[in-house]
Amino acid sequence: MALDKPYKDIPGTTIFDADQSRMGYHLNQFCMSLMKPENRARFKANERAYLDEWPMTEEQKQAVLARDLNRCIALGGNIYFLAKIGATDGKSFQQMAGSMTGMSEEEYRDMMVRGGRSIEGNRYIGEKE
Amino acid sequence: MTARITASVYTSHVPAIGAAMDLGKTHEPYWQKVFAGYEFSREWLKANTPDVVFLVYNDHANAFSLEIIPTFAIGTAAEFAPADEGWGPRPVPTVVGDPRLASHIAQSVIQDDFDLTIVNRMDVDHGLTVPLSLMCGQTDRWPFRVIPFAVNVVQYPVPSGMRCFRLGQAIRRAIESYDEPLNVQIWGTGGMSHQLQGPRAGLINREFDNAFLDRLIADPEDLAKMPHVEYVREAGSEGIELVMWLIARGAMADVAGNGAAGAARKPKVVHRFYHVPASNTAVGHLILENPQ
Repeated sequence: MALDKPYKDIPGTTIFDADQSRMGYHLNQFCMSLMKPENRARFKANERAYLDEWPMTEEQKQAVLARDLNRCIALGGNIYFLAKIGATDGKSFQQMAGSMTGMSEEEYRDMMVRGGRSIEGNRYIGEKE
Repeated sequence: MTARITASVYTSHVPAIGAAMDLGKTHEPYWQKVFAGYEFSREWLKANTPDVVFLVYNDHANAFSLEIIPTFAIGTAAEFAPADEGWGPRPVPTVVGDPRLASHIAQSVIQDDFDLTIVNRMDVDHGLTVPLSLMCGQTDRWPFRVIPFAVNVVQYPVPSGMRCFRLGQAIRRAIESYDEPLNVQIWGTGGMSHQLQGPRAGLINREFDNAFLDRLIADPEDLAKMPHVEYVREAGSEGIELVMWLIARGAMADVAGNGAAGAARKPKVVHRFYHVPASNTAVGHLILENPQ
């Protein structure tokens, strides 16, 4: 029996479940390796060569090189793991989260200061139409 | 005399709060609004310093990678170092544990049908150190011992609210059967509404958060029935962290199952705070005291 996924109708949200985790195992473990300063330095010196040490798919590697976090998540990445890439780049969690919304850094920060993204219209896919 | 749980503390554990303290930004108006909510708490903690804090939090892919994903993990080590999460370790003191009490709790709770993972070596991340910083301020030494209790809320499925609530009750039975007259607090951390990923990132739901606080105080067993999908839909994908607050709440006197007399032992709400935002997140904070 397939996993029950009652969360599939939530817009703009990917739940890191067992299927995602299996797909993203090596991508996320690569991210974990960036917790060591020597690995951060090696990655920064030659990103492509460092990525090639990991049995990740080419698509996953391209998503990392492009810092396309939405793509990384679609390919099995989890934000807490992907945050290690942002940390290596000197980015905050807010900059990383904002980068996934199509908003500029300032627009995203201003939205948060004004109280965040409203839940209204954001509960179910298709609700806004 | 046995150990007693005197109070429970609930707080968000936003990493940017730790960074604001570590980088000396606490005087900025943006952060003042957050820290103002903890001024009372720091005074309260000085007047009510426990011997041990049982600190419920989640690891954010720091101590645990995808190699091993324990649902509930109790730290039984003598000390725990602040983790390097990728920005370098936070400049905060090493966390001193209580191996004897932690082992007692593990033995009691496992025999009470909750299968814990016992961890003799782990680093602790912002999930644990930010609540300590919020409550204690900047210090060379944390003023109490800490038993880290890590809950998986990263890979779905996370434990249910009811499982967490019942576990809190078992932790209470364990602590209150310990043969030393220790003052123990239990802290539940994480939340409140926030989403850190995807096009819906930045989601905040004040109405949900405040209703959660009301229900956590008044009827936590009913609140514990809320399914995961409701947390995710209403409070964001990372809002699911709020299930951890039910562990701390389950350890309070009024829900210990001692009949009507026990149920009458309602906790006193000594502090309540809510603010949006800290970075991507709604900050919620409560202090509940058990009746003497």
